[in-house]
Amino acid sequence: MNYILHLCVLICIYGILAVSLDLVLGFAGMLSIAQAAFYGIGGYASALMAINLGTPFLVNLAAAMLCAGLVGVVVVIPIRRIKGEYLAIATFSLQVIVYSVFKNWSAVTGGPMGIPGIPRPIVGGIVLNTPLEFLLLALSLLVLVVLTSLVITRSPFGRVLKGLREDELLTVSFGKSAARFKVQIFALSAMFAAIAGCLYAYYITFIDPTTFTVMESIFIVGVVVIGGAGSVWGPLVGAVVLVTLPEVLRFLGLPGHYAGNIRQMLFGVLIVVFMLLRPQGLIGRFGFEGSRERE
Amino acid sequence: MNVSEHVKVEHVSKRFGEVVAIDDLSLQLFPGEVLGLVGPNGAGKTTLFNLVSGILVPDSGSICICGRNVTGLPPYRVARIGVGRMFQELRLIRQISVLENVMLAFPRQPGENLSGVAFRWRSVIRTEKENRRRAEEILNEVGLLHELHAEAEALSYGQQKLLCIACLIASGAGLLLMDEPIAGIAPEMASTILLIIEELSKRGTSTILIDHDLDAVSSVCKRIAFLDAGRKRAEGTPDEIRNNPDVIEAYLE
Repeated sequence: MNYILHLCVLICIYGILAVSLDLVLGFAGMLSIAQAAFYGIGGYASALMAINLGTPFLVNLAAAMLCAGLVGVVVVIPIRRIKGEYLAIATFSLQVIVYSVFKNWSAVTGGPMGIPGIPRPIVGGIVLNTPLEFLLLALSLLVLVVLTSLVITRSPFGRVLKGLREDELLTVSFGKSAARFKVQIFALSAMFAAIAGCLYAYYITFIDPTTFTVMESIFIVGVVVIGGAGSVWGPLVGAVVLVTLPEVLRFLGLPGHYAGNIRQMLFGVLIVVFMLLRPQGLIGRFGFEGSRERE
Repeated sequence: MNVSEHVKVEHVSKRFGEVVAIDDLSLQLFPGEVLGLVGPNGAGKTTLFNLVSGILVPDSGSICICGRNVTGLPPYRVARIGVGRMFQELRLIRQISVLENVMLAFPRQPGENLSGVAFRWRSVIRTEKENRRRAEEILNEVGLLHELHAEAEALSYGQQKLLCIACLIASGAGLLLMDEPIAGIAPEMASTILLIIEELSKRGTSTILIDHDLDAVSSVCKRIAFLDAGRKRAEGTPDEIRNNPDVIEAYLE
């Protein structure tokens, strides 16, 4: 039972990450490979606050979001005019830099040793000790992120994002400043990713740099692409599939030392297959440009 | 400053490497006027539109719109002054509905700001309702009301051109730059579009109309400028342009 609850918590965390990335990737059409960086910033910020200042969960959550949002704004402003694969490389660099900071700024982040002993979250005076209690917290944050994303993507703001995604020149010719929309959505996406980071830190009670690598960012892109970019539900489906699939493999009785590698290979094959056969993902409507042109 | 001109292009030049696309070109457009812009391929007509709308920056010269110098302003700032552009290659947001395309075009929407969506949602909802009503009016006017919820890419080519015009009307632009709005569509559709352009002109919208079809341009424009190799070779009434030896030569080629 605890195992199922554990999977559900992971689904919530990856669900938040994937929905947050989809705002940038699926709705604004910006290919970012830095989601794990903001995930990590959220995780480290809340862990450091919890351990050094002893501030309550919700305060740390807000601080984590603020930190990630600020980093997001500072980073996206110089790269806001970069497009397509160039933006992917720029965000990839950001990801590498942030990872290096986690790993090497030992005085603050504990370096490769990470930060152990993150306390259990206390919300409204209740200590969330059991997996079920934690799941409720994770689920409510997921619902919050999903609802906010639904409102935003259906608002006039979201309409402009869809416009920019498909035809920036036309959208700009209606007087919309592409840069302003991109900066705003990138910052919001970073803040949402920080929620996932905060949840993760409190859930595992320990964080180290290996959770927030480039591979993790690519995995989140995979969750969005496979689930379906450009819809809020697609990434959620992707999170359910990609979190449970490796667990199913576990029951196939593969030897432990192969399982990890096979998981990686399978993930790679899945992404390639989806890009070739179903670029709009499992339930998405928006295919990537390169794949649409061939149709 | 004399601001009687809606658009005043003065001694503008633009070169791409060795190629001179626009060569010391000056042009005026008066409020409510429909100015025809004709000339062979590569004459610099579309380049001129790109310069006026801010997509390109001139190497020299200046462009004033409503008496305001817009030379070097980014495209979205130029658009906010009230410049609408209909692109030669048909541009629409294909994956959203006809209605949403028009709704996208309305200027200064409070819901286009995250803080607006979060804190001023009452005004956002009110504006959305109002814009939706106006969008339906505009779509009715251009004859697309029955396609309200269709995806833009499901429309026929001519209907897509009408949708572009609906978006321009919604944008509230006082100056329209129309790049071949009637090229390649059925004659009935073309006359519908020309009628809409005339109607907008009566309401005070100024238009620069690019087209190859001298007859069509003559039917809506009282003044036509003829461009060739980046220079303005002739300017005058449709009759003057038709009888101009340079124009005749260019069109007989």
